[in-house]
Amino acid sequence: MDIDVKMTVNGKAVSGKVEARTLLVQFIREHLRLTGTHVGCDTTQCGCCVVHVDGVAMKSCTMLAVQAEGKAITTIEGLASADGTLHPMQQAFRDHHGLQCGFCTPGMVMMGVDIANRLPGADEKTVRHQLEGNICRCTGYQGIVEAIMDASAVMNAARS
Amino acid sequence: MHNFNYHRAADVADAAAKLAATDDPKLLAGGMTLLPTLKNRLAAPSDLIDLAAIAGLKGISVEGKEVVVRAMTPHAVVATSADVQKALPALAQLAGNIGDPAVRHRGTIGGSVANSDPAADYPAACVGLDATIVTNQRKIAADDFFQGLFETALGHGEIITEVRFQIPDRAQYMKFRHPASGYAVVGVMVAQYGSKARVAVTGAGPCVFRVAEMEAALEKSFTPASVANIKVSAEQLMGDIHCSAEYRAHLITVYARRAVEAMVG
Repeated sequence: MDIDVKMTVNGKAVSGKVEARTLLVQFIREHLRLTGTHVGCDTTQCGCCVVHVDGVAMKSCTMLAVQAEGKAITTIEGLASADGTLHPMQQAFRDHHGLQCGFCTPGMVMMGVDIANRLPGADEKTVRHQLEGNICRCTGYQGIVEAIMDASAVMNAARS
Repeated sequence: MHNFNYHRAADVADAAAKLAATDDPKLLAGGMTLLPTLKNRLAAPSDLIDLAAIAGLKGISVEGKEVVVRAMTPHAVVATSADVQKALPALAQLAGNIGDPAVRHRGTIGGSVANSDPAADYPAACVGLDATIVTNQRKIAADDFFQGLFETALGHGEIITEVRFQIPDRAQYMKFRHPASGYAVVGVMVAQYGSKARVAVTGAGPCVFRVAEMEAALEKSFTPASVANIKVSAEQLMGDIHCSAEYRAHLITVYARRAVEAMVG
Protein backbone atom coordinates (compact mmCIF):
# COMPACT_ATOMS: atom_id res chain seq x y z
CA MET A 1 0.00 0.00 0.00
CA ASP A 2 1.63 3.22 -1.11
CA ILE A 3 1.33 6.35 0.96
CA ASP A 4 1.21 9.91 -0.32
CA VAL A 5 3.86 12.16 1.22
CA LYS A 6 4.24 15.89 0.91
CA MET A 7 7.12 17.98 2.19
CA THR A 8 9.27 20.94 1.26
CA VAL A 9 12.74 20.12 -0.01
CA ASN A 10 15.20 22.96 -0.53
CA GLY A 11 12.34 25.44 -0.58
CA LYS A 12 10.26 23.58 -3.16
CA ALA A 13 7.03 21.72 -2.38
CA VAL A 14 7.42 18.07 -3.39
CA SER A 15 5.17 15.05 -3.16
CA GLY A 16 5.36 11.39 -3.97
CA LYS A 17 4.05 7.93 -3.33
CA VAL A 18 6.19 5.77 -1.06
CA GLU A 19 6.04 2.49 0.76
CA ALA A 20 5.71 2.86 4.53
CA ARG A 21 9.25 1.50 4.88
CA THR A 22 10.81 3.94 2.42
CA LEU A 23 13.58 5.82 4.19
CA LEU A 24 13.81 9.58 3.90
CA VAL A 25 17.21 9.22 2.25
CA GLN A 26 15.75 6.84 -0.35
CA PHE A 27 13.00 9.32 -1.07
CA ILE A 28 15.56 12.12 -1.45
CA ARG A 29 17.95 10.13 -3.64
CA GLU A 30 15.73 7.80 -5.64
CA HIS A 31 12.44 9.68 -5.94
CA LEU A 32 13.72 13.25 -6.05
CA ARG A 33 17.06 12.31 -7.68
CA LEU A 34 18.97 14.54 -5.28
CA THR A 35 22.00 12.29 -4.97
CA GLY A 36 24.19 14.69 -3.01
CA THR A 37 22.96 13.13 0.23
CA HIS A 38 24.94 9.91 0.65
CA VAL A 39 24.38 6.58 2.36
CA GLY A 40 27.58 5.45 4.02
CA CYS A 41 26.83 2.95 6.77
CA ASP A 42 23.01 2.77 6.76
CA THR A 43 23.26 2.20 10.54
CA THR A 44 22.99 5.75 11.97
CA GLN A 45 26.70 5.97 12.65
CA CYS A 46 28.60 7.63 9.81
CA GLY A 47 26.61 10.82 9.19
CA CYS A 48 26.97 10.85 5.37
CA CYS A 49 23.16 11.13 5.14
CA VAL A 50 22.74 14.15 7.42
CA VAL A 51 20.11 16.61 6.20
CA HIS A 52 18.26 19.36 8.03
CA VAL A 53 14.67 18.66 9.08
CA ASP A 54 12.91 21.86 10.11
CA GLY A 55 16.34 23.40 10.54
CA VAL A 56 18.13 20.77 12.62
CA ALA A 57 20.54 18.01 11.57
CA MET A 58 19.12 14.51 11.38
CA LYS A 59 20.26 11.25 9.84
CA SER A 60 18.01 10.62 6.86
CA CYS A 61 18.91 6.91 6.76
CA THR A 62 17.18 6.48 10.12
CA MET A 63 13.99 8.29 9.38
CA LEU A 64 11.04 7.17 7.29
CA ALA A 65 9.90 9.35 4.43
CA VAL A 66 6.42 9.35 6.01
CA GLN A 67 7.92 10.81 9.18
CA ALA A 68 8.96 13.85 7.14
CA GLU A 69 5.36 14.61 6.14
CA GLY A 70 4.86 18.36 6.18
CA LYS A 71 8.44 19.08 7.20
CA ALA A 72 10.96 21.41 5.58
CA ILE A 73 14.04 19.49 4.45
CA THR A 74 17.34 21.02 3.40
CA THR A 75 19.89 18.88 1.59
CA ILE A 76 23.40 19.73 0.44
CA GLU A 77 21.90 20.81 -2.90
CA GLY A 78 19.94 23.51 -1.08
CA LEU A 79 22.87 25.34 0.49
CA ALA A 80 24.46 27.29 -2.36
CA SER A 81 22.78 30.40 -3.78
CA ALA A 82 20.88 30.20 -7.07
CA ASP A 83 23.76 31.97 -8.83
CA GLY A 84 26.16 29.26 -7.71
CA THR A 85 27.78 31.18 -4.86
CA LEU A 86 28.78 28.62 -2.29
CA HIS A 87 27.43 28.70 1.25
CA PRO A 88 30.13 29.93 3.68
CA MET A 89 30.44 26.37 5.00
CA GLN A 90 31.02 24.96 1.52
CA GLN A 91 33.51 27.73 0.74
CA ALA A 92 35.37 27.04 3.98
CA PHE A 93 35.61 23.31 3.21
CA ARG A 94 37.11 24.27 -0.14
CA ASP A 95 39.52 26.80 1.38
CA HIS A 96 40.71 24.47 4.16
CA HIS A 97 40.85 21.32 2.07
CA GLY A 98 38.23 19.77 4.33
CA LEU A 99 37.82 16.75 2.10
CA GLN A 100 39.72 14.19 0.14
CA CYS A 101 37.46 11.56 -1.44
CA GLY A 102 34.38 13.64 -0.70
CA PHE A 103 32.03 10.84 0.28
CA CYS A 104 31.37 12.09 3.80
CA THR A 105 31.44 15.74 2.74
CA PRO A 106 27.69 16.39 2.23
CA GLY A 107 26.98 15.13 5.74
CA MET A 108 29.98 16.98 7.19
CA VAL A 109 28.88 20.26 5.60
CA MET A 110 25.28 19.85 6.76
CA MET A 111 26.44 18.98 10.27
CA GLY A 112 28.90 21.89 10.16
CA VAL A 113 26.06 24.30 9.40
CA ASP A 114 24.02 22.77 12.22
CA ILE A 115 26.91 23.18 14.67
CA ALA A 116 27.47 26.78 13.57
CA ASN A 117 23.75 27.52 13.99
CA ARG A 118 23.46 25.95 17.43
CA LEU A 119 26.82 26.82 18.93
CA PRO A 120 28.14 30.07 17.46
CA GLY A 121 31.75 30.60 18.48
CA ALA A 122 32.28 26.96 19.47
CA ASP A 123 35.91 26.16 20.23
CA GLU A 124 37.90 23.40 18.56
CA LYS A 125 37.22 20.86 21.29
CA THR A 126 33.48 21.45 21.06
CA VAL A 127 33.48 21.17 17.27
CA ARG A 128 35.37 17.87 17.43
CA HIS A 129 32.94 16.58 20.06
CA GLN A 130 29.97 17.69 17.96
CA LEU A 131 31.34 15.78 14.96
CA GLU A 132 31.25 12.42 16.69
CA GLY A 133 28.31 11.30 14.57
CA ASN A 134 30.15 12.02 11.31
CA ILE A 135 32.93 9.76 10.16
CA CYS A 136 35.65 10.67 7.65
CA ARG A 137 38.18 8.02 6.71
CA CYS A 138 40.50 10.24 4.67
CA THR A 139 41.30 13.57 6.20
CA GLY A 140 42.09 13.07 9.85
CA TYR A 141 39.45 15.77 10.47
CA GLN A 142 41.97 18.62 10.73
CA GLY A 143 40.74 20.49 7.65
CA ILE A 144 37.12 19.73 8.48
CA VAL A 145 37.41 21.20 11.97
CA GLU A 146 39.24 24.27 10.65
CA ALA A 147 36.59 24.75 7.97
CA ILE A 148 33.72 24.57 10.44
CA MET A 149 35.35 27.03 12.82
CA ASP A 150 36.16 29.43 9.98
CA ALA A 151 32.66 29.23 8.45
CA SER A 152 31.11 29.55 11.87
CA ALA A 153 32.89 32.90 12.31
CA VAL A 154 31.75 34.05 8.84
CA MET A 155 28.15 33.01 9.55
CA ASN A 156 28.31 34.75 12.93
CA ALA A 157 29.53 37.97 11.36
CA ALA A 158 26.74 37.79 8.77
CA ARG A 159 24.13 37.40 11.52
CA SER A 160 25.27 40.38 13.57
CA MET B 1 13.30 -3.84 6.35
CA HIS B 2 10.02 -5.68 5.87
CA ASN B 3 7.11 -3.45 5.03
CA PHE B 4 4.43 -2.54 7.56
CA ASN B 5 1.29 -0.45 7.83
CA TYR B 6 1.99 3.09 9.01
CA HIS B 7 -0.39 5.02 11.26
CA ARG B 8 -0.10 8.56 12.58
CA ALA B 9 -1.77 8.78 15.98
CA ALA B 10 -3.73 11.98 16.65
CA ASP B 11 -3.60 11.63 20.43
CA VAL B 12 -2.77 9.05 23.09
CA ALA B 13 -6.29 7.55 23.06
CA ASP B 14 -6.06 7.17 19.28
CA ALA B 15 -2.66 5.46 19.63
CA ALA B 16 -4.10 3.09 22.23
CA ALA B 17 -7.07 2.30 19.99
CA LYS B 18 -4.73 1.57 17.08
CA LEU B 19 -2.57 -0.63 19.33
CA ALA B 20 -5.66 -2.64 20.22
CA ALA B 21 -6.94 -2.85 16.66
CA THR B 22 -3.78 -4.10 14.96
CA ASP B 23 -2.17 -7.49 14.83
CA ASP B 24 1.46 -7.05 15.88
CA PRO B 25 2.02 -3.31 16.33
CA LYS B 26 4.96 -1.27 17.57
CA LEU B 27 4.91 2.31 18.74
CA LEU B 28 7.28 4.59 16.83
CA ALA B 29 8.85 7.39 18.88
CA GLY B 30 12.13 8.83 17.57
CA GLY B 31 12.98 5.57 15.84
CA MET B 32 16.68 5.72 16.75
CA THR B 33 16.61 2.11 17.96
CA LEU B 34 13.45 0.78 16.32
CA LEU B 35 14.34 1.67 12.73
CA PRO B 36 17.82 0.06 12.86
CA THR B 37 16.18 -2.99 14.47
CA LEU B 38 13.69 -3.21 11.60
CA LYS B 39 16.46 -2.75 9.03
CA ASN B 40 18.27 -5.72 10.51
CA ARG B 41 15.01 -7.67 10.43
CA LEU B 42 15.35 -8.37 14.14
CA ALA B 43 11.72 -7.30 14.35
CA ALA B 44 8.96 -7.25 11.75
CA PRO B 45 5.86 -5.61 13.22
CA SER B 46 2.67 -5.56 11.16
CA ASP B 47 1.99 -1.94 12.04
CA LEU B 48 3.93 1.12 13.21
CA ILE B 49 1.99 3.71 15.17
CA ASP B 50 3.80 7.04 15.04
CA LEU B 51 3.47 9.20 18.16
CA ALA B 52 5.27 12.23 16.71
CA ALA B 53 2.16 14.23 15.87
CA ILE B 54 0.80 14.16 19.44
CA ALA B 55 1.49 17.67 20.74
CA GLY B 56 0.67 16.74 24.34
CA LEU B 57 3.59 14.31 24.49
CA LYS B 58 6.24 16.99 24.05
CA GLY B 59 7.77 19.39 26.52
CA ILE B 60 9.31 19.82 29.93
CA SER B 61 8.05 21.38 33.14
CA VAL B 62 9.26 21.76 36.69
CA GLU B 63 6.41 21.00 39.09
CA GLY B 64 7.30 21.38 42.77
CA LYS B 65 10.03 18.87 43.53
CA GLU B 66 9.75 17.13 40.16
CA VAL B 67 11.15 17.63 36.67
CA VAL B 68 8.55 16.32 34.24
CA VAL B 69 9.73 15.30 30.79
CA ARG B 70 7.00 14.26 28.39
CA ALA B 71 7.63 11.09 26.46
CA MET B 72 8.30 12.44 22.96
CA THR B 73 10.77 15.10 24.08
CA PRO B 74 14.05 14.65 22.21
CA HIS B 75 17.35 14.31 24.08
CA ALA B 76 18.64 17.60 22.61
CA VAL B 77 15.68 19.47 24.12
CA VAL B 78 16.32 17.98 27.57
CA ALA B 79 20.05 18.75 27.27
CA THR B 80 19.52 22.41 26.37
CA SER B 81 16.47 23.14 28.52
CA ALA B 82 17.20 26.05 30.88
CA ASP B 83 14.70 24.56 33.35
CA VAL B 84 16.46 21.19 33.43
CA GLN B 85 19.91 22.77 33.55
CA LYS B 86 18.82 24.75 36.60
CA ALA B 87 16.72 22.19 38.49
CA LEU B 88 18.51 18.97 37.59
CA PRO B 89 21.81 19.64 35.77
CA ALA B 90 22.85 15.97 35.97
CA LEU B 91 19.88 15.07 33.77
CA ALA B 92 20.73 17.75 31.19
CA GLN B 93 24.31 16.57 31.13
CA LEU B 94 23.26 12.92 30.72
CA ALA B 95 20.90 13.77 27.84
CA GLY B 96 23.60 15.83 26.13
CA ASN B 97 25.94 12.85 25.99
CA ILE B 98 23.58 10.33 24.42
CA GLY B 99 24.64 9.20 20.95
CA ASP B 100 25.61 12.08 18.67
CA PRO B 101 23.98 15.44 17.89
CA ALA B 102 21.81 14.14 15.01
CA VAL B 103 20.62 11.23 17.15
CA ARG B 104 19.84 13.60 20.02
CA HIS B 105 17.67 15.68 17.70
CA ARG B 106 15.36 12.70 17.07
CA GLY B 107 15.74 10.18 19.90
CA THR B 108 13.20 10.54 22.71
CA ILE B 109 13.10 9.78 26.41
CA GLY B 110 9.96 7.68 26.06
CA GLY B 111 11.50 5.52 23.36
CA SER B 112 14.69 5.02 25.34
CA VAL B 113 12.89 4.15 28.56
CA ALA B 114 10.44 1.77 26.86
CA ASN B 115 13.31 -0.05 25.18
CA SER B 116 15.34 -0.74 28.36
CA ASP B 117 18.55 -1.18 26.42
CA PRO B 118 21.17 -2.44 28.89
CA ALA B 119 23.62 0.27 27.75
CA ALA B 120 21.18 3.20 27.49
CA ASP B 121 21.68 6.26 29.70
CA TYR B 122 18.12 7.23 30.62
CA PRO B 123 17.40 4.10 32.70
CA ALA B 124 20.19 5.20 35.08
CA ALA B 125 18.56 8.62 35.34
CA CYS B 126 15.13 7.09 36.02
CA VAL B 127 16.31 4.74 38.75
CA GLY B 128 19.00 7.05 40.19
CA LEU B 129 16.60 10.00 40.34
CA ASP B 130 13.71 8.00 41.78
CA ALA B 131 11.52 8.69 38.76
CA THR B 132 7.95 7.69 38.13
CA ILE B 133 7.11 6.42 34.66
CA VAL B 134 3.61 7.61 33.81
CA THR B 135 1.62 5.70 31.20
CA ASN B 136 -1.86 6.05 29.76
CA GLN B 137 -2.97 3.50 32.37
CA ARG B 138 -0.95 3.96 35.58
CA LYS B 139 2.14 5.26 37.34
CA ILE B 140 5.11 2.94 37.74
CA ALA B 141 8.09 3.53 40.04
CA ALA B 142 11.34 3.30 38.07
CA ASP B 143 12.54 0.69 40.59
CA ASP B 144 9.73 -1.59 39.38
CA PHE B 145 9.77 -0.55 35.73
CA PHE B 146 13.05 -1.99 34.40
CA GLN B 147 12.82 -5.74 34.63
CA GLY B 148 15.54 -7.19 32.44
CA LEU B 149 17.26 -7.15 29.08
CA PHE B 150 14.91 -5.08 26.89
CA GLU B 151 12.14 -5.93 29.38
CA THR B 152 9.95 -3.48 31.23
CA ALA B 153 6.75 -3.53 33.25
CA LEU B 154 4.84 -2.11 30.27
CA GLY B 155 1.82 -4.18 29.31
CA HIS B 156 0.22 -4.52 25.91
CA GLY B 157 -1.57 -1.34 24.99
CA GLU B 158 0.39 0.73 27.50
CA ILE B 159 1.96 3.98 26.30
CA ILE B 160 4.47 6.06 28.26
CA THR B 161 3.26 9.64 28.47
CA GLU B 162 5.84 11.24 30.77
CA VAL B 163 8.70 10.62 33.17
CA ARG B 164 8.68 12.46 36.50
CA PHE B 165 12.14 12.84 38.09
CA GLN B 166 12.48 13.70 41.78
CA ILE B 167 14.80 16.69 42.11
CA PRO B 168 17.69 15.65 44.39
CA ASP B 169 19.81 17.82 46.65
CA ARG B 170 22.59 17.02 44.23
CA ALA B 171 23.35 14.37 41.63
CA GLN B 172 26.02 13.41 39.14
CA TYR B 173 26.13 11.01 36.20
CA MET B 174 29.47 9.63 35.07
CA LYS B 175 29.92 7.25 32.21
CA PHE B 176 32.60 5.37 30.37
CA ARG B 177 31.36 6.24 26.93
CA HIS B 178 31.86 3.71 24.17
CA PRO B 179 34.03 5.72 21.77
CA ALA B 180 32.18 4.58 18.63
CA SER B 181 28.54 4.26 19.66
CA GLY B 182 28.36 6.65 22.60
CA TYR B 183 26.50 4.01 24.61
CA ALA B 184 27.50 3.51 28.24
CA VAL B 185 30.08 0.75 28.70
CA VAL B 186 29.33 1.61 32.32
CA GLY B 187 27.32 4.60 33.55
CA VAL B 188 26.66 5.51 37.18
CA MET B 189 24.09 8.00 38.48
CA VAL B 190 24.62 9.02 42.10
CA ALA B 191 22.00 11.19 43.81
CA GLN B 192 21.54 12.53 47.31
CA TYR B 193 18.09 13.13 48.86
CA GLY B 194 18.53 14.40 52.40
CA SER B 195 19.91 11.48 54.39
CA LYS B 196 19.20 9.06 51.53
CA ALA B 197 21.46 8.17 48.60
CA ARG B 198 20.77 6.39 45.34
CA VAL B 199 23.34 4.73 43.09
CA ALA B 200 22.07 3.41 39.74
CA VAL B 201 24.26 1.58 37.25
CA THR B 202 23.64 1.13 33.53
CA GLY B 203 25.73 -0.55 30.85
CA ALA B 204 27.03 -3.26 33.14
CA GLY B 205 24.19 -5.72 33.69
CA PRO B 206 21.21 -6.99 31.67
CA CYS B 207 19.39 -3.85 32.80
CA VAL B 208 19.85 -0.91 35.15
CA PHE B 209 20.32 -1.79 38.84
CA ARG B 210 21.03 -0.13 42.19
CA VAL B 211 24.05 -0.81 44.38
CA ALA B 212 22.62 -1.05 47.91
CA GLU B 213 26.02 -1.35 49.57
CA MET B 214 27.22 1.91 48.03
CA GLU B 215 23.99 3.66 48.96
CA ALA B 216 24.31 2.56 52.59
CA ALA B 217 27.94 3.69 52.72
CA LEU B 218 27.07 7.09 51.25
CA GLU B 219 24.22 7.51 53.72
CA LYS B 220 26.76 7.07 56.52
CA SER B 221 29.33 9.36 54.97
CA PHE B 222 28.85 11.10 51.64
CA THR B 223 32.48 11.02 50.53
CA PRO B 224 34.38 9.42 47.63
CA ALA B 225 36.20 7.20 50.14
CA SER B 226 32.89 5.59 51.12
CA VAL B 227 32.48 3.94 47.71
CA ALA B 228 36.12 3.71 46.63
CA ASN B 229 36.58 0.19 48.00
CA ILE B 230 33.16 -1.29 47.39
CA LYS B 231 33.34 -3.95 44.71
CA VAL B 232 30.35 -5.20 42.77
CA SER B 233 30.39 -8.88 41.91
CA ALA B 234 31.06 -9.56 38.23
CA GLU B 235 28.88 -12.63 38.32
CA GLN B 236 25.67 -11.00 37.06
CA LEU B 237 27.43 -8.53 34.75
CA MET B 238 27.91 -8.63 31.00
CA GLY B 239 31.12 -9.51 29.25
CA ASP B 240 31.34 -8.87 25.52
CA ILE B 241 33.63 -7.82 22.70
CA HIS B 242 34.16 -4.45 24.37
CA CYS B 243 35.26 -5.63 27.78
CA SER B 244 34.91 -8.38 30.36
CA ALA B 245 32.40 -8.55 33.19
CA GLU B 246 35.31 -8.14 35.64
CA TYR B 247 36.37 -4.90 33.95
CA ARG B 248 32.81 -3.60 34.07
CA ALA B 249 32.68 -4.42 37.80
CA HIS B 250 35.91 -2.44 38.24
CA LEU B 251 34.49 0.50 36.27
CA ILE B 252 31.38 0.68 38.49
CA THR B 253 33.55 1.42 41.53
CA VAL B 254 35.71 3.91 39.63
CA TYR B 255 32.79 5.81 38.13
CA ALA B 256 30.76 5.83 41.34
CA ARG B 257 33.77 7.32 43.13
CA ARG B 258 34.28 9.91 40.39
CA ALA B 259 30.59 10.87 40.52
CA VAL B 260 30.80 11.44 44.29
CA GLU B 261 34.06 13.35 43.83
CA ALA B 262 32.37 15.65 41.36
CA MET B 263 29.47 16.19 43.76
CA VAL B 264 31.46 17.01 46.86
CA GLY B 265 34.39 18.61 44.98
